Amino acid sequence: MFHKAFVDSFPAIKWPIYIRRIMAVKIGVLAKQVIDPEMPMAAFRIDDSSKKVVPPPNIPPVVNGFDENAVEAALLIKDAQEASVTVISTGTEFALDVMKKPLSMGADELVLLQDEAFDNTIDSFMTAQLLAAAVRKLDGFDLIICGRQASDWDNAQVPLGVAEILGMSCISLGKRVNVTDGKVRVERIIADGYEIVEAPLPALVTVSNELGQPRYPTLRGIMAATRKKPTIWSAAELGLDSSQSQSRITLQDLFVPVSDQDCEIIEGEDPADSARLLAMKLREDKII
Amino acid sequence: MADGTGVLIVGDTTDGQLGSTTGELIAAGQIIAADLDENLSVALLGDTLDDAEQQAIAHGAQKVFAVTHPLLAEYQVDLHLSALETLCKETNPRVILIARTNEGRELAPRLAFRLGVGLAQDCLEVSVDSSEKKLLANRPVYGGNAIAVVRCDQTPQIAAIRPKAYEPTETDSSRQGEVVSFPVDLDASMALTQIVETVIEEAEGVKLEDAQIVISGGRGLGGPEPFAHLEELAKIMGGTVGASRAAVDSGWVPSNYQVGLTGKTITPDLYIMVAISGASQHMAGCSGAKVIVAINKDAEANIFKEARYGVVGDWETVLPALTAAVRELTQA
Repeated sequence: MFHKAFVDSFPAIKWPIYIRRIMAVKIGVLAKQVIDPEMPMAAFRIDDSSKKVVPPPNIPPVVNGFDENAVEAALLIKDAQEASVTVISTGTEFALDVMKKPLSMGADELVLLQDEAFDNTIDSFMTAQLLAAAVRKLDGFDLIICGRQASDWDNAQVPLGVAEILGMSCISLGKRVNVTDGKVRVERIIADGYEIVEAPLPALVTVSNELGQPRYPTLRGIMAATRKKPTIWSAAELGLDSSQSQSRITLQDLFVPVSDQDCEIIEGEDPADSARLLAMKLREDKII
Repeated sequence: MADGTGVLIVGDTTDGQLGSTTGELIAAGQIIAADLDENLSVALLGDTLDDAEQQAIAHGAQKVFAVTHPLLAEYQVDLHLSALETLCKETNPRVILIARTNEGRELAPRLAFRLGVGLAQDCLEVSVDSSEKKLLANRPVYGGNAIAVVRCDQTPQIAAIRPKAYEPTETDSSRQGEVVSFPVDLDASMALTQIVETVIEEAEGVKLEDAQIVISGGRGLGGPEPFAHLEELAKIMGGTVGASRAAVDSGWVPSNYQVGLTGKTITPDLYIMVAISGASQHMAGCSGAKVIVAINKDAEANIFKEARYGVVGDWETVLPALTAAVRELTQA
């Protein structure tokens, strides 16, 4: 048997492709399709009866921003060594051209868990069980990379839940992710800097925007992605009976908060004069 | 699990001293405990706890679980998680509150999964539906564009509370409480991750989270150089400089400058926002500021809906004039 460490210790040797494939790091990325968080606030609307945010017309959904960072983190590993990248997503409906973006950036496979039953995204427990079932069906991964949270429900729970369910070591809030010698090495953001954390594979890592701008799809990547067909699995194909799972979190209400702040616009003769008046105002209020 | 009883607060300690979020959680927990007519306990984890136990009691804890083990001296997520899991299973609380600090961001969800229950994440306010004894939580979603009210359906009901969402309780050293020693069995092999190195990128001056005056710059500054002007004004005012995510993502300032949903939560007396549009994701980190001042050349910017005072103008004109005026007023 060829061990990765053995193969790695002879970097000058051009190993045959079948050996390199065996040695490849198998990476999964969990990604979510979300309403574009950059949409104008005026377009943000809640349907009171269903307590759901209404997808704005004419503004297509996007891949969650932090999940694009996760794709980038996976592709950076793939740039440096033999690796495969599979993107997994769950939802009721997908905009295929949107969800194919990670493929056009350079990911290898796309697996969509699509079912009317996958409607509940407020309950992270259910979503994590669903994704964990898909990971098992795909025979597991050496490394799973996820965005730290999704820009819709901001729950920041599903990745950690997947790690718990699958018993993987887990490092959150990474800004750099490397794989060497069967270990993942992560620069993890802390309040006053970062720490370097290591864990044996298989591991799950969540990443944040500090990882840097995700790469743009290349024309070649876009062409290749058009030809790729995603694997689509329903609840039944995952062997899940959603009627059996109990709810753990229920949404009672959803509303847009109203700001009662009256802003006093300070208008002097010109902006510099306004600044002077502002300073006097703050002094008057004893704030400075 | 049968319905438990009482409110358990996961406290935080540094070097045997009580951390600042514990008093905030006690404030939130006291209201719930009173509505339920049940006890309020605080769990403290560490190697030795020194003054933290009595500090927690002075803050209003009726009972303190001193969860101790030499391996809990430094924060390591797997070990802390295992200790908490043991405590929760043995003491069976009805409600568990954790602060959504850097540690809480990973501890709270993972604890909820281990206990097989849901977590109300990043809550601004918690209450209890007294007939059904279920926890209700208000939490910002969609980057703060909306507020969701969620209910925890299963016990223990866990909520992660946003730091500074509650004012900490006043301390009173005459308060009495019980300290229960709760040693746990831990093994170094339980730690699946290992911290190899810690790199501190300390910013100058007062820490952003503690500063009474904060001046932040955003995308509209157009580059890293203008931050020098912000630093200058901050120095005169005795404040600290922060930034929006856009400025951090552009690499103009280090990531520990970031204020907002995924950055730092600040509650200064004065928050001056320069060339920041005021997206809800940013406001999520500063909505507790007492007075917000906006300087932006776009009169339509959202920030003018959130600020107390606004100046419409280019920062290049407004900032030097403001700096000069403040210098004159405060040094006169």
